[in-house]
This record gives sequence, structure tokens and C-alpha cells, in this order.
Amino acid sequence: MAFSPEDLKIMESIIKRYPRPRSAIMPLLHFVQSKAGYVTNEGIELIAEQLDLEAAEVTAVSTFYTQYKPSAIGEYHVGVCTNTLCAVMGGDAIFASLKDHLGIENDGVTDDGKVSLEHIECNAACDYAPVVMANWEFYDNQTVESAKELVDSMRAGNPKPPTRGPNKLVTWKEASAVLAGLNDGLAHEGVQAGQPTLLGLKLSKEGK
Amino acid sequence: MTKLAPVLSAHWDEKDSFTLEAYKRHGGYKASEKALAMDPDAVIQLVKDSGLRGRGGAGFPTGMKWGFIPQGDNKDHYLVVNADESEPGTCKDTPLLMANPHVLIEGCIIACHAIRAKHAFIYIRGEVTHVVRRVNQAIADAYAAGILGNGVDVVLHIGAGAYICGEETALLDSLEGFRGQPRLRPPFPAIAGLYARPTVVNNVESISSVPAIVMNGAEWYQSMGTEKSKGTTLYSLSGHVVNPGQFEAPLGITLREILELSGGVRKGHKLKFWTPGGSSTPLFTDEHLDVPLDYEGVAAAGSMLGTKALQIFDETTCVVRAVLRWTEFYKHESCGKCTPCREGTWWLVQILRDLEAGKGTEADLAKLLDLCDNIMGRSFCALGDGATSPITSSIKYFRDEYIAHLTNGGCPFDPVASTLFVGAGA
Amino acid sequence: MSEVAVEMITVVIDGFEVTVPKGTLVIRAAEQLGIQIPRFCDHPLLDPVGACRQCLVDIEINGRAFPKPQASCTIPVETGMIVKTQLTSPVAEKAQRGVMELLLVNHPLDCPVCDKGGECPLQNQAMSTGQGSSRFEGVKRTFEKPINISSQVLLDRERCVLCARCTRFSEQIASDPFITLNERGALQQVGIYENKPFESYFSGNTVQICPVGALTGAAYRFRARPFDLVSTPSACEHCASGCDMRTDVRRGKTLRRLAGEDAAVNEEWNCDKGRWAFKYITAVDRLKVPMIRDESGELVEASWPEALAVAAQGLKASPAAVLVGGRATHEDAYGYSKFARLALGTNDIDFRARVTSDEEREFIAAHVVNSSTTYRDIDKADQILLVGFEPEEESPIVFLRINKQFRKRALKVISIGSKESIAVEKLKAQFIKVAPGQEAAAVSSQNLTDKSVILVGERAGESAGVLTAVAGLAQSSGAKLAWVPRRAGERGAIQAGAIGNLLPGGRPVADAAARNEIAALWSVDSLPSNIGRSTSEIITAVNSDEIGALLVGGVDPLDLDDNLSALAALDKAFVVSLEIAPSAVTSRADVVLPVAAVTEKSGSFLNWEGRARSFDAAVSDSLNRSDLRILSMIAEEMGTSLNLGTVTAATKEIATIKDWQGERSKMKSISAAAQPNLSTNEALITSWRRLLDLGTLQEGEENLAGTARQTVAVISEKRAQALGVADGDLLKISTAQGFLTLPALIENIHDDALWAPRNSRGSQLLTKLNAVHGEVVTVVRA
Repeated sequence: MAFSPEDLKIMESIIKRYPRPRSAIMPLLHFVQSKAGYVTNEGIELIAEQLDLEAAEVTAVSTFYTQYKPSAIGEYHVGVCTNTLCAVMGGDAIFASLKDHLGIENDGVTDDGKVSLEHIECNAACDYAPVVMANWEFYDNQTVESAKELVDSMRAGNPKPPTRGPNKLVTWKEASAVLAGLNDGLAHEGVQAGQPTLLGLKLSKEGK
Repeated sequence: MTKLAPVLSAHWDEKDSFTLEAYKRHGGYKASEKALAMDPDAVIQLVKDSGLRGRGGAGFPTGMKWGFIPQGDNKDHYLVVNADESEPGTCKDTPLLMANPHVLIEGCIIACHAIRAKHAFIYIRGEVTHVVRRVNQAIADAYAAGILGNGVDVVLHIGAGAYICGEETALLDSLEGFRGQPRLRPPFPAIAGLYARPTVVNNVESISSVPAIVMNGAEWYQSMGTEKSKGTTLYSLSGHVVNPGQFEAPLGITLREILELSGGVRKGHKLKFWTPGGSSTPLFTDEHLDVPLDYEGVAAAGSMLGTKALQIFDETTCVVRAVLRWTEFYKHESCGKCTPCREGTWWLVQILRDLEAGKGTEADLAKLLDLCDNIMGRSFCALGDGATSPITSSIKYFRDEYIAHLTNGGCPFDPVASTLFVGAGA
Repeated sequence: MSEVAVEMITVVIDGFEVTVPKGTLVIRAAEQLGIQIPRFCDHPLLDPVGACRQCLVDIEINGRAFPKPQASCTIPVETGMIVKTQLTSPVAEKAQRGVMELLLVNHPLDCPVCDKGGECPLQNQAMSTGQGSSRFEGVKRTFEKPINISSQVLLDRERCVLCARCTRFSEQIASDPFITLNERGALQQVGIYENKPFESYFSGNTVQICPVGALTGAAYRFRARPFDLVSTPSACEHCASGCDMRTDVRRGKTLRRLAGEDAAVNEEWNCDKGRWAFKYITAVDRLKVPMIRDESGELVEASWPEALAVAAQGLKASPAAVLVGGRATHEDAYGYSKFARLALGTNDIDFRARVTSDEEREFIAAHVVNSSTTYRDIDKADQILLVGFEPEEESPIVFLRINKQFRKRALKVISIGSKESIAVEKLKAQFIKVAPGQEAAAVSSQNLTDKSVILVGERAGESAGVLTAVAGLAQSSGAKLAWVPRRAGERGAIQAGAIGNLLPGGRPVADAAARNEIAALWSVDSLPSNIGRSTSEIITAVNSDEIGALLVGGVDPLDLDDNLSALAALDKAFVVSLEIAPSAVTSRADVVLPVAAVTEKSGSFLNWEGRARSFDAAVSDSLNRSDLRILSMIAEEMGTSLNLGTVTAATKEIATIKDWQGERSKMKSISAAAQPNLSTNEALITSWRRLLDLGTLQEGEENLAGTARQTVAVISEKRAQALGVADGDLLKISTAQGFLTLPALIENIHDDALWAPRNSRGSQLLTKLNAVHGEVVTVVRA
């Protein structure tokens, strides 16, 4: 895919956020993913050109971080936390059942390109374990069944909304644009906090 | 009985708590107004006097860190907020930012004033899209309201999946557009940090604690907590408990107290082991229920307060499985720079997999401990050290369970029993 | 910059005191005591990184011990420091043993088939610091092995210990970050961007500093065992940088060359041409026996006495001149110089087998001979002015030295030229863009100080007035001036007087006292007093019958401008050719005398600084056929004695020649030529030789040639628009002599100029266009 003149303008604006251009490499990689779905060679070369770097230097950065994908993934990228706490509390079972249910392995993509699957590390939502992420939105307190329903809804083209997130699940590319620091205007949607987050406050108000 | 003391979390239960309007409703941005009218050194002194210590894990006094920034050096100074919350079990900064990003922005304004910086960067982990939205919107709203842009600029920098970037020098390299690998120290960030300029790197919770300190004074903050661990903090309870969640309490509260007020370990089960501050802090057991959860108390008991990530595991959990999984995490997240961490985690995982599968002998436990000895304190940064903590502490407390795997020819635990949905037909 | 006294610090290591300059790293302070702390990532010329953790030691400072062992490669000494290495600290010893065991966890047991075996720091230190057997029983990490990261470098990722020496070298020393560490954790690996190979002019250094067998050179792979090699210190014969080298020979055959260590010159580096272009000696069909032209006009083999007699006779029969290429050793050049004066009775000698000018010859006599600017002056310079000189292409170690100061202290570099080069970009130099031929005015307008250094290349002589301007600028500003020729032998040839206006030691031919000093040395009554002819004048004189005989050594006539005239002259004159291999000269010669190649003889080159770079024969030549010896034999045959039967004799004689203390000859002031009017389809050509090109000394090096920069014709955006061409479209470039068709590349170049490589595949400007700099060429879309 080619990057449009508008895309290049956005990339310039991303570079301008920083005192030194090289700092923009990460948001630019997210931006490339928002357009191409993954880190394409075209994207690497474009970033290298814009930041006056060697393509090798961009490759070195992009391969260091697990969120940058070297090949196409699903419209909805599902991450199942299998770090210790989530794993023990059900994450392992969820991940195993999703692999089986979708007929793909870790890092695999369904044939229809809708869903890809990855086991992920701790996603800072342990009080909502077991946690599943989709396009890096929170799906809290999952079970094997709820996770299966979630991926089924994705494949049906009508994904269930995140537990703590916008009213509607955005696509991988749309989420990538958010991670490039672009504002999609959805910040006000969704809850301000889930119940576990508020538990201490609630108990305190009860005098504890 | 220690009482909960919501300060940071005081207004999270309001539906619009994340908006500028809600924040101002509760006196938001009054603290920064007050601080900007003060001499920067007085702000540093105030934070020093409050006794605030870094909430990212190390517990270094925040005011002292600010005081290290050379003054009058005619260089740009930077504030960098570490929002790369990734330590297993740690889940406090993420809900804080989702519920109230403005408190961090106000903290940034105050901190920048104190250290004479014009630029703050918030380095947030990339796997939390909605939190990114909330912080980005808050920054935009603060600019629109003229709160930012008049002397202080805040840039949101979004990570891309690398635990090591929580290490402050790796974070700086990442922010500069490099692979997030730790830097040699010295020079320390206070002298040559971001772009080789004097830089303060603080955790989200540390900076977010500052506005209340400015508003209410050092004495107020000091009145909470213990002798050397002042103030309130977020304790994150997770795992096999009835009610997991965030509990903001004065430092020094015990796990027993938190469990009692929150409903305890899940019904019919009992506490087996727990982490006081994330997976890199040596495990505790039910012997440690009354350890005061402050920097000194936890250290005296052989672990670290860390991020106050209290991960609770009951007797259905196989400690070998738990430790293996953490070790796999460290292997996955090792940056690769230094030999002990890179090769050591590769090897540790293989030994632990064998042990969990009942393969090996008791001699392998000795080998495992010796290997940890060759990694701990030999690695470039603390990640390697952290990788050994669960192993050495678990062998200390649960050696018999490791042996049981060997005599049993495999794991004696039923993994289903430990799931949340056991008995729910899963 | 004033030299500040360095503070000295005394520390105790393993019970011994050592006093070292402040800032010295513990690992190097230990070396001072002969204590070897094992290490992999540490390299004295790279920034400390502390990655491998092999050099852990126990340290205490003023009674306070570090709680854990420290990497001695990252910690500078401090007063009151007590260090305990593996020799005295059980903790350090175990830490090192532990790290070694971990390093070997994923290291394959390739040693029996690995090129590095026998000279491998990992192998050696595993023996000294490791334990006899590993406790690792698991699965090793595997990668596809090896992969080509360029046509000349192979990477075996399984062997790599991730010390990052190679990636740090590429970034910190060469400014070519084409290889990087990729991926993370245990999967971390060295790699390239998949569409851009590791084509750095300095890539071979990474092979040399790799502490394991991860990076290997394609040419040397599986060729030898280190213990089967005989190593000889040598000097590089390619350019005038003057690299110290090591030549490794197995059974009489050179198998590899390595950068030698010389802190004052090349530090520990060299370029890929110096490292990997040596097969030309064996790749070509070497001349073995003398040959003479018989009555039928065929070259036939002859005995040495017969050939020498024919040569002597021919050289005596008519006025003769000497053409000696810029690749002769100092000693051989001295032999040619002496031969011309004594045996031929002429000053008609010129070492400049290239485009030349009289202005250059005067500049050489006035400003180059006996000049004393050095690398150290670059280190201390406040700014560097480059004129007609692309250091990365034409003297790569000069580039590395400038780059070192640029990276260390943002040394200001100014480059005057028509096309911005890669090196100019890398050095973030101020690029002063002028039309080819119009450099002089730009030179004169520079503001330099007496701390500045002007580095002027041999191409500066191709534009009238530039050397005049350079000399003027040096004088008015007090800046240091150095002329950096491209070939290794040129500075030596100047000192030897292998040029028509100079006698040895910088003595002007025109100065009677100078002539008398040399005449006395050579035990003759007098020396010819008229200024000799230059290369082009000699050729003209042959073609106009003023000269009838030529003695030619190491000259490729295709390197000369107007090479058709040169070939005609060679056809016409009686030619005695001293050569290592058949060439355009030998095919036209009347007598061909085979000589030793540079690796087969001893001698020295003077690098651009004038610093002697001596070397011994790496391969013995049983026939002892140095040019010197053969010149002596011809001279004997002609009834003259040179007394230069051996290199040693020449070296001794040269050593007795003091630098000329008398007045130097003056330059005539030359003005720049007017800029020609150009029509739309015309451009002024400009060019330089790339480091890797069709040079004869690179013959047979396919792997090396594979990393040469792409052949392109560079034009400006404006010209591209006028011609309606984009990058990659073909351009036809023509002169009266012929034409070339090259792909266009739009870059930062003067609108009036067109740049093409001077001697690259598909772009041989001298033979195809007879135009290299400042001449008008026609440029159209092909």
C-alpha cells in the first residue's frame, strides 16, 4: 500500500511532537501499523527516510517490541494473558480453548483474517483476572465460554464491546492509530473504572 | 486496625472522574497554581519534607531525586513519567490513569516547575488502548484550557510491548527511539538522562501524589504511614481472593488487614503464597500476613515492597507451575543485552519445565539455585535479579513441593482446581 | 588546543599498585600489571557497554565494597580503589566462571570446523576461565547458518555471543549502521535490513574484532588454520592512508590480510580494499621471465643477460624518459629517480600516472615535499577543509580519523565540491557546492585559523587555480596543509625525486646547490639542470620524436588523460617495461622485465603524512626481482653504477639524505578558467574514483566487488526535470571520444554538473569519454 500525502503530513506532525526526530520512531511504527496492519518494508523505509536513519536502525527497533507485527494479523487481535496469575485462574484454559475453537496456534490468524491469537504477558489488570485483550482493549473476568463468544462475535462482524473501553470495539488498525497518539474521540466512552478498581473507595466510605 | 485512606482514588467513583470538569470540581489544578507561585526549591523541599518515596518499586525519596537536578546549568531539563506498568501483578497506574489522568498532568506541572523543566513525557505502555485515549484526551483538554502550553508541555509517548522499558534507563533509550535496553550508570539520569540532559524519571503514582501534598502540606502527608514510609498508597489485591481490587491505605497496613476488610481468601481455601510487590519480589507465605507493608517492613522480612502488587495464591496452586510461568515471562522480556539474564533465563526455563514435568533429580534443585546465584547480581540490570526471586524464594518455602513433582513423576496438582470458574462447568 | 597534564591515579589490583591516568578503566589498569581479565564486549576503541559481564571483579573504594561484582570494562579507576580479580577473589572467580558457562549454553560445538578455532577469544577464555564441562543438558538455540549479510561477510548467529562489537563498530567508528541488533532476549541477533546488505567500506573490521566465529570473511572461509599461517607485519599498498597490516601466508600463498595496530595512523582499523584486495598478485597471469620483441614483432622469452642488453642498448640509443606509477615503494622510486639522472642523464621523470597539471607539480615542490601535517593535526583541528578530496573513497583511514573527531566533539568539516557525497552527509559537513572548475573562488573565501587543517586531494589539480588558492589560504590563515594523494607510492616518489622538478629530499632541480648536494652523494660531477618534462609532456615529446625511449614501471596508460596519445607514444617509442603482469604497456614494450609484487619484497611507502611504512617480504621471491635490482642491472649494462643492488642498500642511502634546508621553489599563481557556457543538454562532468571499483589491484576479488557502490550518473533535480528523467532512468553521456549510458540518480549536485564514478563497472570515464572533471559533456535521456 502506498502512503498518501495526508499520511505523510500526519507523520510529520508526529515527528514534531519531540525535541529530536528519532524519538518519533515508535509512534511512527504504530502509525504504519494503522495503515498497513503490520510493519511493512515500505513502512520501515519511509520511517528511515523521514528520520534520516538507516532502515536497519528502524528494523532494530521494530523487532524489539512485541506489539509491532512482522506480518499481517487479524482485524481483531486477541491476547490472552497467560502470565502466572491469569494463567492459574483460567487464562491457560481460555487460551487452550480459543486455539482449539479457532483452529489456530499462538500468533496464528484465522483464514477469514478476522481474528488472530497471541498469549500475552501481564496486562496490568490482575484484579480483573482472567483477562483477555482485543486490539489492546480490556475484556475483564473472562471465562472459557465468554472468550469463545467474544471471538465468535468478532468473526460474525459484530464484536462484543470491551468491559472497560469504548462502546464498540475498534479494529486493529484503528487501535494502532490511537497508539500512534492520534485522538479518535472515544476517550469519553465506557466506564471510568470497573468495580474492583473502586472497591477500596467503596469500603472506605463504609467506614473501613 | 488500619483504615483505608483514599486520596488518589477519592473521586474515582464518579462517572466522569476522568474529565477536566470533574477534576476541577474537586479542586483540580489548584495545587499547581499554588506551586507555581512558590519558589521551585521550596516545592522540592516540600516534597522532601512530605517523605514521599518512589511508588514504582524502588522507594527512592522523590524530593531527593528532584534535588539532584543541577540548577542554573542552562540546559534543558526533562521530566519523564514512567507509566510502563508491566510488572506481573502490578495494576495500579493503569486504573489510576483511566479514572483520573488529570491528577498526573497536574503533578507533571508541579514537578516541572520544581526541577525547572519545560517538557514532560509520559511513557505509557502500549497495550492499554483506552487508557491511552483517556490520557491523550486529558492532555488535549489541558492544552485547550490553557493549563498546558504556558510553560510546560506534556508529550504522551506510547510503548509497544517491552517490560524492560519500565527500567528507567531502558525507558529513556526507548523514548529516544532506540531499542529499550538499559544504559550504563553513571551517568545517572539526573545528570545525563533524556537526550543526555538532566532528567527526573518518576512513577505515575509518585507524581500523582504530589498535588495533594502541595494542597494539604507535608505534615498532612507525613501524618500517614510509618516512620520511614510516609503517606498513602495503592495496594493492588489480586488472585484467589473474594474481592480483588485497589485499596488505598497508609503505608504499613498488613495483608491480614487488607484481606479482612475485603473479604479474605476465596471461600473454602487458604492462603499458600503471595507476592508483596510483583513477581520480582521474593514470595511470602501465610507466615507473613502480619508483615507491615512498608518499605522497611517488607525488606526486613526478606522481600521488597515493590509495586505493592499483592498476588494471592491459595493451596490449589502449584508453586512450580507459578514460578515456571514467571520465569518464562522473564525469558520473554529479557532485553538480550547481558549474558546472565539472556542465557540464564533461557536455561532456567528448561530446568523448571523438566522439574514441573517430574523429570530430573534433587541435584537439579541445587543446580537451579547455583544458576540463580550466577545471575543474581551479575546481570546488567535488575531484571535478571528479579528473575531469580520467585525461584529462590519458592525453593526456600516449598522445597518439598518441588521434590513431590520428582517423586510423583509430574505435577500433583489439578490445574482446574485453581481456576476461577472451577465448578462452573468450564 | 593546549595539552593539559593528565592527573594520575594509583589503585591496587590483586595486591599490586599501579598508577594510571585518570579515566582509565579498571580492565586496562589491570593490563598494565599483566593481569588479564577475560572479556568479550570490551574493545579499547569502542564505547564501554558492559554487556557480556565476563569481566566481573570485586571492587572497594576507600573501604566501601560494592555489594556485587562490577564489570571492570565500565568502571574508571578512582583514588583509594582496591580491585580483586579472579586471581584473588573467589567471588569474582565464580562470577566469571558462571558467566562463561552461560555464554556457552547456546554456543554450538563448531570449533572443529570454525575459522576462528585456534585464535578464538571464546575458545581461549573458556579454557582459562571456564570449567571443563557444562551442566547444561537442554536444547540449544538454533538459527539457519551461516547467512550472507553481504557478498563478503557471513554471519553465523548460533556462534554469536551478542557482544555488539560489530554493531558498535559500524555505528561508532564507520557511521554505517547497516548491521544492528534485532529481536530481543534470547532471540536477539545481529542482522541487516533485509533489502540492504552490510555494504560498508569498513565491514572487514567487524570480522576481525568478532570475538567468536560469528562473522567470517567469504574469501578466507575454510582456507586455513591460524596455526598453519605465517604472519608478517606489512603495510598497505593501496592508498596513501598508510595502514599497518598483517599478512598471513600459508605455503607461500597469501590467504588473508588483517589491520595492524598503529595508534598514530590506522589505530586498529583498515578498509575492505586493504583487507580483501590482494589476489591480484596471484589472480593475474604473472610474468615470469624476461621477454624481448623479435624481428617479426612478437614478444619472445629471453634470458636475463640478453634482455638487459637489449634494454640498455635501446635506452642509450635515443633521448629517454622515465614513467613510474604512483605505486612504487619509496626505495624503488628512488631507484627510478637515480636511474633517470645517472643512466639516462635526464630529469624527464614523472610518477604521476594520472591526470596532472604543471600547477600541481609546482604545488608539490612548494608545499607538499617535506610537509609535516599528520593525523594528530586532524585530532586537534578546529575545522577541516576538504578540497578535491573524498576521504572515504580516496583515503578511508583519513575519513575514520575525521569521523572520530566529528563523533567525539562535533568537529566542523567543510567540503568544497560539486556533488555532495555520502561521507559529507555522515560528517554533517558544510557542503560548498560549486560548478566543476570553479572551486578556487570558494577556497579563497574560506575563513580558517591556524588550528585548521586543509586536506587537499590529488583531484584538486584538475581545476586550474585551485592549488594556487589552497596555497594562498594556507598562508593567509596559517592553517595546516596536507596533500592526500590516492596511491600509496606518491608521497615516497616525491621525496625520492621521481618528478622533473625535484631531486631527492625535496631539492629543487633548478637550485644549483641542491643539485650539487645530490651529485656529491651520487659521486658524479653534475646533474642535469633543466626542469624535466611531466607525464603529458613526455608523451607529447615521444609523439613529436623528441624522445625515443621510455622506461616504464607500474603504469597503466588508461589512467592517463588523453590515453589514446599515451598508447600511441608507447607504440612509437622503444619501451622497457618493468611489470608484474601483462598490461597495455607490456604488450607494446620492446623489453619486458618481470619484477616482484609488493608482498614479495621489502621496502616502504610514505603515507600522506610522509610517515614511513616499512614492510618485509611476506612471500619470498627467490629471484629477488625488486625494481631496484633490475634498474641497477640495466644501469650496469649501460656503463653506470647505481649502487642499489638491494633494498637495504637503497634504504641506507636514502637515510643519509637530509631534507632540503634551502629555499623552496615558488609556485606561479594560476587563475581559474572561465566557466564555459552550457547549452541545455550540456553539463560539466565531475567524478572521483570509488574505493571499490575496477582498479587493477582489485582484480579477482569477486566478493569484494559485490559490495561496491552502484554505478550511477548523478544529476540535480533541476536537470532531471529539464530532461524529464527520474531515478533509474538511463542517461546517455557523450563527448567527442565516445559515450556512456548510465542510470540517473537525482542528488545534491550543482545544476551545471554531472557526476559519474571515474572507473567503475560501466563507467570508465577516461577511456570512454576522456573527460573526468570540468570538461563539457552532452547529457540526454537514453
